[in-house]
Amino acid sequence: MSKPQTAILDPKAAAAASPACLAPVNARLTQAERLGLFRLMMRIRRFEERCLRAYQQGRIAGFLHLYIGQEAVAVGCCSVMQADDHVITAYRDHGHALAVGMNPNELMAELYGKASGCSKGKGGSMHFFDPSRHFWGGHGIVGGQVPLGAGIAFALKYQGVKGACLTFMGDGAVNQGAVHETYNLAALWSLPVVFVIENNGYSMGTSLRRSSAGPGLAKRAEGYGMTWEVCDGHDLYEVREKTDRLLQRAREKSQPAVLEVMTYRYRGHSVADPDSTYRTKEEIENYRRTKDPLTLIHETLVAEGVLTEDLAKEIDTAARAEAERAAQFAEASPFPTSEEILKDLYWEEDNPARKQSQGQLFFR
Amino acid sequence: MPLITYREALNQALAEELERDPNVVLMGEEVGQFHGAYKISEGLLDRFGPKRVVDTPISEAGFVGLGVGAAMMGLRPVIELMFWSFYSVAFDQILNNAANLRYMSGGLVNVPIVIRGPANGGTGVGATHSHTPENILASHPGIKVVCPATAFDAKGLLKSAIRDNDPVMFLENTILYNDKGEVPAGEYLIPLGLADVKRTGTDLSIIAHGRAVINSLKAAQLLEAEHDVSVEVVDLRSIRPLDVETILASVRKTNRALLVDENKPFCGVGAQVAYLIQDRAFDYLDAPVKRLSAIDAPAIYSPPLEKEQLPSPQRITETVLSML
Repeated sequence: MSKPQTAILDPKAAAAASPACLAPVNARLTQAERLGLFRLMMRIRRFEERCLRAYQQGRIAGFLHLYIGQEAVAVGCCSVMQADDHVITAYRDHGHALAVGMNPNELMAELYGKASGCSKGKGGSMHFFDPSRHFWGGHGIVGGQVPLGAGIAFALKYQGVKGACLTFMGDGAVNQGAVHETYNLAALWSLPVVFVIENNGYSMGTSLRRSSAGPGLAKRAEGYGMTWEVCDGHDLYEVREKTDRLLQRAREKSQPAVLEVMTYRYRGHSVADPDSTYRTKEEIENYRRTKDPLTLIHETLVAEGVLTEDLAKEIDTAARAEAERAAQFAEASPFPTSEEILKDLYWEEDNPARKQSQGQLFFR
Repeated sequence: MPLITYREALNQALAEELERDPNVVLMGEEVGQFHGAYKISEGLLDRFGPKRVVDTPISEAGFVGLGVGAAMMGLRPVIELMFWSFYSVAFDQILNNAANLRYMSGGLVNVPIVIRGPANGGTGVGATHSHTPENILASHPGIKVVCPATAFDAKGLLKSAIRDNDPVMFLENTILYNDKGEVPAGEYLIPLGLADVKRTGTDLSIIAHGRAVINSLKAAQLLEAEHDVSVEVVDLRSIRPLDVETILASVRKTNRALLVDENKPFCGVGAQVAYLIQDRAFDYLDAPVKRLSAIDAPAIYSPPLEKEQLPSPQRITETVLSML
């Protein structure tokens, strides 16, 4: 066996593409790990594109908030998590779910409302969970998950575990009261939590300029005496570098922080959004052309000598095939039975041997 | 048996559960240094320290939500609301998050949290501080709701609530905090969902919860002494789960039912109980089911009128007599 290959063939070219490639957290990545990150971003993009087709075919109900354009954020952040770290996010949660390692089949099946879905078809697009991977959702109400993230951090500290909780929110969440209450508690009690604001510029159809006062979203952390940073969310390496630093600080010093990640979504807020009233086609095109996170990492990896065009095509083809298999799996899976409506509600009802209470829990 | 107050009973329950399980943590406004706004947590900070008894800022959405997150991780937070009236600013955390998490995760996430505090009118604090949300809470599947009326019930039910793996909303009453009752010195639990026939009778069943039980018992005494009427009083104790069988057994025996609660009439607990009785004991009824609730307006401040707004022993007595 040869040693893991970490040497970058052309460091100058790589650093020109992404200066953060020289940061220790990135410099120590093996070639296989670099390709793994690229593959993951590609898998998220192709998964989301396949979701969109399924939605257009009427296979997916309700809302579908696609992550296309933001892939470097979830992948970058989650890739620097350690064994005792946890993560919670809002409703644009497919990217995070894949980034923590959830199976695309069970995610797609959840979108199709099938029994084989990760939440047995009971949660839908906005409510993916996998506690075994420390992934605590998938939350539908803007900002509503943020106190929970602090609670996870509180529990880690209480239990004496050296972990931290990545608590994601969108730029639309920063004006919710629950977020500010949580900032205060996290700072007051020195909780090991990193709040990650995925700033894609629009809270639904309202631009940042029209929704949020003040000089910047992360800067609001100063009011609570919290550290904050801003980060280019198109650049995977930079996301990794900044997240890693704040996560380490959270783990080791039990200090909270706010990281604002500048990113962009190519699709509407949800796919029901006609996406024509609040931003221009040119703006979207410009982002695609100049800032696409997949293009950027592609170029960086090519400059590093890690990726070739042929290999990139191969990875792309495999990602498309995986997304297609997920759709087929979802299609072939059965819907939950009617009895399922009343299951997974009360722990006690699902564990009758250990039931302590009496009386009627369900009503007609 | 020792005679202690409802307040002391709650304090004992908290102390015993904090002692028993290191995952139990008490959290809320003024629960520590201040000894509790209503002194329910008196002495607990000294005994268990600031890790287990945590003073919070006035920030209900924040600390209730934080409790939900901590509960997902296996802690057993007992969150004190200084008044249950303040639940409205944490509504999303309680009724979207705590109530729905287990379901939306297909059973992967549990939320063993207790949220407790007083929920009552009648203390001259006006509409904003006099809410009784047991009906609103109980109309959310995923939630359990408990309303103890006596010291004995308060202790046994709170201990069960803390050990329960589902989110339990525990609604107390400031007017009852000083009421004394016999409470065993040792360990005991009262299961959720078990009603208690607080007085047996043959002519009519009163079904009530919380302080309405106490006033119904006073009315029953009066009715027996002055009108020779024998009233049975069923204390629901728990709203969800609900002990439907005990309700039905009582109505089948007395053939008349009066449902008393301090909540507002529209879609109150009594409305659900009335439906259950007509659905399952219709043939046993000798008279229409009646309800007696708070008069249907926000809690009025003016003390004599506030008293009149809530079901008093006198109003209960009059209503019973009108049904016979």
